[in-house]
Amino acid sequence: MDDAAAPDDRGRLSALLRLWPYARPYRGLIAVTFGAALLATLAQLAVPLITAALVDGPIADGDRAALVPLLGLALLFGVAEAGLFFLRRWAMTRSCLAIERDLRGALYERLQRLPVSFHDRWPSGQLLSRASSDMSTVRRFVGFAAVFLAVNLITCVVVAVLLLVTYWPLGIAVLLTTVPLTVLGQRWERRYNVQSRRVQDEQGELATDVEEAVQGIRVVKSLGRRGLVFDRFDTKARRLRRLELDKVRTLALLWCVFELHPQVTLALILVGGAFAVSTGALTVGGLVAFVALFTVLLWPILSLGWLFAFAQETASACDRIGELLDEPLTVTDRPGVVPRPVGSPARLAFEGVGFRHPGPAGPVLAGVDLVVEPGETVALVGATGSGKTTLTSLVGRLHDVTEGRVTLDGVDVRDLPLAQLRGIVSVAFEEATLFSMSVRENVTLGRRDATAADVDEALRVAQAEFVHDLPWGLDTRIGEQGLSLSGGQRQRLALARAVLGRPSVLVLDDPLSALDVHTEALVERALREVLAGTTALVVAHRPSTVLLADRVALLDGGRIAALGTHSELLAGHPAYRDLLAQESDLAEVLP
Amino acid sequence: MTDSVPTGEDWRGVATEDTDDLPPGAGIFLRDRSRRLLGELLRPHRRSLWWLLATVVAQNVAWLAGPLLIGVGIDVAVPALVDGDAGPLVWITLAMVGAAALDTGLRFLFLTGSGRVGQAVLLTLRRRVFTHVQVLPLSFHERYTSGRTISRLTSDVEALAELLDEGLDGLITALFSVLGIGIVLVVLDPPLGLTALLGFPALFWVARWFQRNSTAAYRRTRETIAALIVQFTETFGGIRAVQAFRREPRNDELYAALNEDNRQAHDRAFWLIAVFVPAVVLIGNLVTVAVLGYGALRVMDGALAVGTLVSFLLYLRRFFDPLQDIAMFYNSYQSATAALEKLSGVLEERPTVPEPTDPVPLPAAAGELVFDDVRFGYTGTTVLPGLQLTLPPGETVALVGTTGAGKSTLARLAARFYDPVEGEVRLDGVPLHRLSDADLRRAVVMVTQESFLFSGTVADNIAFGRPGADRAQIEDAARAIGAHAFITALPDGYDTEVDKRGGRLSAGQRQLVGFARAFLADPAVLILDEATSSLDVPSERLVQHALRTLLADRTALIIAHRLSTVEIADRVLVMEGGRIVEDGSPAELVAGTGRFAALHQAWADSLV
Ligand SMILES: Nc1ncnc2c1ncn2[C@@H]1O[C@H](COP(=O)(O)OP(=O)(O)OP(=O)(O)O)[C@@H](O)[C@H]1O
Ligand SMILES: Nc1ncnc2c1ncn2[C@@H]1O[C@H](COP(=O)(O)OP(=O)(O)OP(=O)(O)O)[C@@H](O)[C@H]1O
Ligand SMILES: [Mg+2]
Ligand SMILES: [Mg+2]
Repeated sequence: MDDAAAPDDRGRLSALLRLWPYARPYRGLIAVTFGAALLATLAQLAVPLITAALVDGPIADGDRAALVPLLGLALLFGVAEAGLFFLRRWAMTRSCLAIERDLRGALYERLQRLPVSFHDRWPSGQLLSRASSDMSTVRRFVGFAAVFLAVNLITCVVVAVLLLVTYWPLGIAVLLTTVPLTVLGQRWERRYNVQSRRVQDEQGELATDVEEAVQGIRVVKSLGRRGLVFDRFDTKARRLRRLELDKVRTLALLWCVFELHPQVTLALILVGGAFAVSTGALTVGGLVAFVALFTVLLWPILSLGWLFAFAQETASACDRIGELLDEPLTVTDRPGVVPRPVGSPARLAFEGVGFRHPGPAGPVLAGVDLVVEPGETVALVGATGSGKTTLTSLVGRLHDVTEGRVTLDGVDVRDLPLAQLRGIVSVAFEEATLFSMSVRENVTLGRRDATAADVDEALRVAQAEFVHDLPWGLDTRIGEQGLSLSGGQRQRLALARAVLGRPSVLVLDDPLSALDVHTEALVERALREVLAGTTALVVAHRPSTVLLADRVALLDGGRIAALGTHSELLAGHPAYRDLLAQESDLAEVLP
Repeated sequence: MTDSVPTGEDWRGVATEDTDDLPPGAGIFLRDRSRRLLGELLRPHRRSLWWLLATVVAQNVAWLAGPLLIGVGIDVAVPALVDGDAGPLVWITLAMVGAAALDTGLRFLFLTGSGRVGQAVLLTLRRRVFTHVQVLPLSFHERYTSGRTISRLTSDVEALAELLDEGLDGLITALFSVLGIGIVLVVLDPPLGLTALLGFPALFWVARWFQRNSTAAYRRTRETIAALIVQFTETFGGIRAVQAFRREPRNDELYAALNEDNRQAHDRAFWLIAVFVPAVVLIGNLVTVAVLGYGALRVMDGALAVGTLVSFLLYLRRFFDPLQDIAMFYNSYQSATAALEKLSGVLEERPTVPEPTDPVPLPAAAGELVFDDVRFGYTGTTVLPGLQLTLPPGETVALVGTTGAGKSTLARLAARFYDPVEGEVRLDGVPLHRLSDADLRRAVVMVTQESFLFSGTVADNIAFGRPGADRAQIEDAARAIGAHAFITALPDGYDTEVDKRGGRLSAGQRQLVGFARAFLADPAVLILDEATSSLDVPSERLVQHALRTLLADRTALIIAHRLSTVEIADRVLVMEGGRIVEDGSPAELVAGTGRFAALHQAWADSLV
């Protein structure tokens, strides 16, 4: 992600072709844009022609009456030019904005479906900068530069043909001058592409820093590390400036070459033309025509420099967007999966399950065998970092097993459609993940069709009735990440969300860690009713949570090291006792 | 703020961001504010800007010399060559090449120079906004959301970059041509020149129309972009929940709606340009026809030479073409002004929890923390109705209570995330708001309930507690709280990247790193807000062992639900509904009949 993609040998502009599928639906509008642009170029020629006609006709004849139709014609072309201008801009606006919208929508939809492992790996600012800055680069190119690039190229070709027709030896000489232009231009264009890429990547880095600094503001403030965070940001901002300046230099060089070329060529034309005239091969009138034609090219050639550069920048933006669109959907429906009947409650089984993260680290899980019978609750106990969260994430396929399989009623979870699976499996994460929406929307996140009674029931089970005391009750919008609630309140809302609608498989990751003893007891009592009717896997650090379960599984060394009831394990497994027995010094000190 | 005359105060800061229809006065206020910011940003570069202007003027002269020289070449040098004298041709050619080289060189200087100024301006702006955002209080961030702040610092800054990239060059060149050619026109033939200038009132009228409408339109685009970014960051910040709860289709819908809003907002703005620029062209063409007609009549009357009319018409074209560039510049300018409006709004937000201008120095705090009659609430609520509490130096105090009682709130006041509505929090007798940030943060450190890690290595994250700490100190901190073992077991040990939000680590491991971070900071007052809630029992016990030695000589406020934590405390506070309802040593409270005794009983029963 960091270093720019190695420049390949094909013209790098080929990356622009990625845009075609998104541009296709609007090809009508695009055609109108080009048509209007070409016609407008023609209309521009009308005024000089009419002027010539005026000078040769009415003015020479002193015929005032004949003035009117010609002026009328000039008026007509003038209005037509403005009209075509409008048409071009309107069609262009329409198409480029629609393309931008579609591309951004496609990117968002794709990103939402990429696996969690992808999102853990990619800095968030890199995603954001692709969805915003790169998108607007694409929009500006499609909307403004692409048309001019095409029109100017066409103009150049047409004029080149006319030049050859006017006086071919000089015409060929002019064509030859484009060789050094192309060679130098190409080199710098490529360099520009690489530099654009660096700038875009750095913008992503900077966005990541901004996001972290803002979202981690509590940590920054509590440790008083404003200076440190600023220095980090500043280092990147200065690096961005340096990269931008590199880019500016290349662009300036490019611009200069494309600016110098037509002017020097003009001098050459003068020399060549003068000699041709002196030998009688060309008339002075011919030379004037040749020069006049060539001056038409001054601006198109000059602008080609930065238009190509812009195209390069867009190509590298397309590359960046394309990288995300090409990212494989590793956790997705297998081809041809159909919903299968799964009992409620279902039987959850881990069969020889292994899991390792990509990279050098060893496996987190190796050979986990565990069966949770329908309606049973199993507590999962293990040391910090032993893999409990990882194991629970395999059930709803937030990660896919790398070995063995996880089954529901004997069906591999990968053979169920994701939508069905995630409808069956309901989870509460160890960190309550809430969104800045109303309480109701947060609770019904997974089941939008839940009735008010269902919601009340879930809130009761999770002891989250405090929400009724919020200013607008269930319709209160809670702050970003739920941070306008207390830790325990957040956790209870997340729990309510998980138990809503009595799911047939429930996965709770340390669900009571932020609750006080009293509330915990109340939640446990209510939760028992729910657990009775569902298959549940509950990660626990505390004896009180373990007691919710029928059986306990001890996760150690990536495997289930022991399985049994709480008292069996306490009696038979010293490792388990170490992990849970909380002999209290306080109890000893006190009477 | 109802029907009184509106004042700038009502629109200060980011207050106008949620209103679509601004009262007329507010619009002017906002525009002034953003122009002021632009002025402030450009002022330090005045000299460079003058130089750039001079460069671009000289460059334009060189550029215009080319066509002129070739005319001379055809008229003079070619006949001379036909007569066998190559001299003029050589001179003219050399002059042309020289002019071209001069033009190119000056262009290079201009482009790199304006790039430098532009980038310097952007850097200053980024630094200013970033610093300011860091200084703004939590209450601002809670209201404004991270997504909007991010969009200010990314896409709004980029809108200004666009203006500086593309605008300046075009504007100066175009202004120069328009001015120069305008003079030429009037000199060439005053009556015709004045006819040509007739177009100007119309141009002004069109420009005003554009300005009136586009200001609101561009303002709107900045908002729709921010909305997209907000949705984007929130979705991918909570992607686990999004996927686990099948939120994707609904999010697709929401995002599609925002995306379409954004398209429409841009469509509106671009529609205005699509009318504005052709209108300029139309005016130009109409004036051309008028000049053509009037000029033809004057030629017929013999008042004007045909040649003058022809060159007049040629110049006229060159007069109106750059006007299009000016129109395009105006467009970038409007877009950048809208962005600057938002940025200046953020910059104008006052830090409501400000650093004192004349702080009371407190180089070494003893650690006495006093809450003197403190009343506090978040918007519209009262969480702490009136708190009187003294934590003597060196005491370890445990704070327990039902969830939502206000424990974290109390901790946040001690760390001065907020200022109390009434009363004072004092450290060693000095109100917190009289302490410099550096002194306060050195003295008071809080481990928050939400452990947030930054991307970087494990060592980086621990060193966040004390920048400049060496590896040995980092390892000591980790060892002291029992995190060393798991860290060394990571593939790259302390140099393992923790990934986004510390996702490479387990929840308990993240808490340990957060703990080590605070441990390394070594403050006089340490506040732990459920800092061990995700740890397993043995790890928690290790941490507590460490705390016994660590807390011996410092004040500590430990918030915990696991009463095992309480055992290391000298004193226990029980909080209920924002009030301290019990206060005493653990032994006293357990022996009593109050809430703590009941809590303790319940907890003891829950143990094995
Ligand atoms: N992306 C990753 N690459 C490599 N290893 C990882 C990655 N993410 C997590 N791990 C490792 O996997 C192990 C298991 O993590 P997990 O979150 O499952 O632990 P846990 O049992 O839930 O712990 P806790 O009780 O602290 O929540 C940890 O040691 C962690 O360092
Ligand atoms: N940023 C905020 N904005 C508005 N209200 C808040 C905010 N933070 C907390 N509250 C509210 O203030 C009250 C006290 O919250 P606080 O976080 O202090 O509770 P707590 O005692 O720490 O609870 P817990 O044990 O659950 O963490 C709660 O009702 C909560 O909803
Ligand atoms: Mg975990
Ligand atoms: Mg709290």
